[in-house]
Amino acid sequence: MGNIESSLLNIGYLETLSYQQTPLHRLDPRVKLLTTLVFIIAVVSFGKYEITGLIPFIIYPVALVAVGNLPPTYLARKILLAAPFAFFIGIFNPLLDRTILVHLGSVGLSGGWVSFASIMIRFTLTVSAALILIAGTGLNAVCLALDKLGAPRSFVMQLLFLYRYIFVLTDEALRLVRARALRSFQGRGMGLKVFSSMIGQLLLRTLDRARRIHLAMLSRGFAGRIHLLRPLRLRGRDVAFLLGWSTLFVLMRWYNIPHLLGNWGAELIR
Amino acid sequence: MSHHLVEVKDLQYTYPDGTAALKGVSFLLTHGEAVAIIGANGAGKSTLLLHLNGCLMPQAGAVRIGGLPLNKKTLSQVRRTVGMVFQDPDDQLFMPIVYDDVAFGPLNLGLPPEEVDHLVLDSLATVGASHLKDRPPYRLSGGEKRAVAIASVLAMSPSILVMDEPTSSLDPKTRRQLIELLKTFKHTRIIATHDLDLVLDLCSRAIVFKEGRVVADGPALDILQNEELLESSSLEKPLGLQGCPVCRAKSG
Repeated sequence: MGNIESSLLNIGYLETLSYQQTPLHRLDPRVKLLTTLVFIIAVVSFGKYEITGLIPFIIYPVALVAVGNLPPTYLARKILLAAPFAFFIGIFNPLLDRTILVHLGSVGLSGGWVSFASIMIRFTLTVSAALILIAGTGLNAVCLALDKLGAPRSFVMQLLFLYRYIFVLTDEALRLVRARALRSFQGRGMGLKVFSSMIGQLLLRTLDRARRIHLAMLSRGFAGRIHLLRPLRLRGRDVAFLLGWSTLFVLMRWYNIPHLLGNWGAELIR
Repeated sequence: MSHHLVEVKDLQYTYPDGTAALKGVSFLLTHGEAVAIIGANGAGKSTLLLHLNGCLMPQAGAVRIGGLPLNKKTLSQVRRTVGMVFQDPDDQLFMPIVYDDVAFGPLNLGLPPEEVDHLVLDSLATVGASHLKDRPPYRLSGGEKRAVAIASVLAMSPSILVMDEPTSSLDPKTRRQLIELLKTFKHTRIIATHDLDLVLDLCSRAIVFKEGRVVADGPALDILQNEELLESSSLEKPLGLQGCPVCRAKSG
């Protein structure tokens, strides 16, 4: 019970972070969205055994966390929360792919372990970039950017409604859970049967609310299209942000910088 | 004929599950009246309100708003004239930010952006919520939500305001502020409520519902003093009209 409450508060905290006034927050949401996309594409387009090439990409989240005054431990905890998904996607690789790829001293590392590590690094990079996008922009502004960039309206609206009502819905679920807990004793009443009827109850309430919201929308002249009123202006520093980072990502994608540095270091020593 | 007239004539409505909610309701309201719709739970108040802006269509009888009969053709015009404030502000405030929500109606009316901006800021100022304009609705208190919900309706410049339980779940001070605010409005106001002290303060006229019918319609003060009528409609004399229990004990 406490878990639902605290994770709800945590979503709220992500939103609070987006109200800050930092150079990162003042950027146009569109450039932040596009830069994040370029970042993610660059990261996931690497070959499946790539590790060293991915490392330099850490500079993007680190720089943004610093500029945007975002709390790194909070973000790290959020990433950990989602980590099991990536973990279970990757965990079978070491079992399936046993060809030895790298020798570290006397220990041979199989391709499976390397690709597993690669998956975890990619996951950390992309999820942190996405979280930073939300914390540095706010989901509403991200949706606005999606809309201005030509994403389908109905998709953007679904996302906005989801975000608006997730708090109301979790509140409602929380009240149901609390009401049950208060009248259950020694585990009686906490079974699956009650739980399933609670889920049904929640669905019915949700449908009911959806109907009332729709009525409220109709009452204010809704005719199938939601208009958003908020001009966005692209300034020089927005363009610079987008082009600067994108160029860096492309460079880091084509040139394996740790390798180059390593070679260069070796040259120097020689 | 005044275009702020509301006429309900022999209105009947039965829900799909067979509950007859309205069994022939008739009344006539004129411009600028503040009218209370009172009655027990399930007496048909909310069903009536849903008919006033066409959320429900009459199954028998008729609703006329400003001389226009309510039907599919006049629906958008009726909805422009009648502003509806729902009981739960969470249903009414569906946009992610207060400003967007208040702008929702005017934008749907196709007004130019500068005018919409003006309307939004004006309506928020009227309800004293200008400072909330960039906040998400789920971060507001109950009273703030209610104020913004009213602003979102005011922004469409309706001439008739319909409200379902406007003072429910408000603390006494917020409730008082809301009543004072509603007093300043010049709109025709139709308020369904159990808050009979609000009726006493705000409404010149009251219509009493019982089991889907109008059982009384007259000056609010007369109706609120008619204990027999109130008793039979599951209502009670407003506290403002009851003697103070402390003083009574002292003198008795």
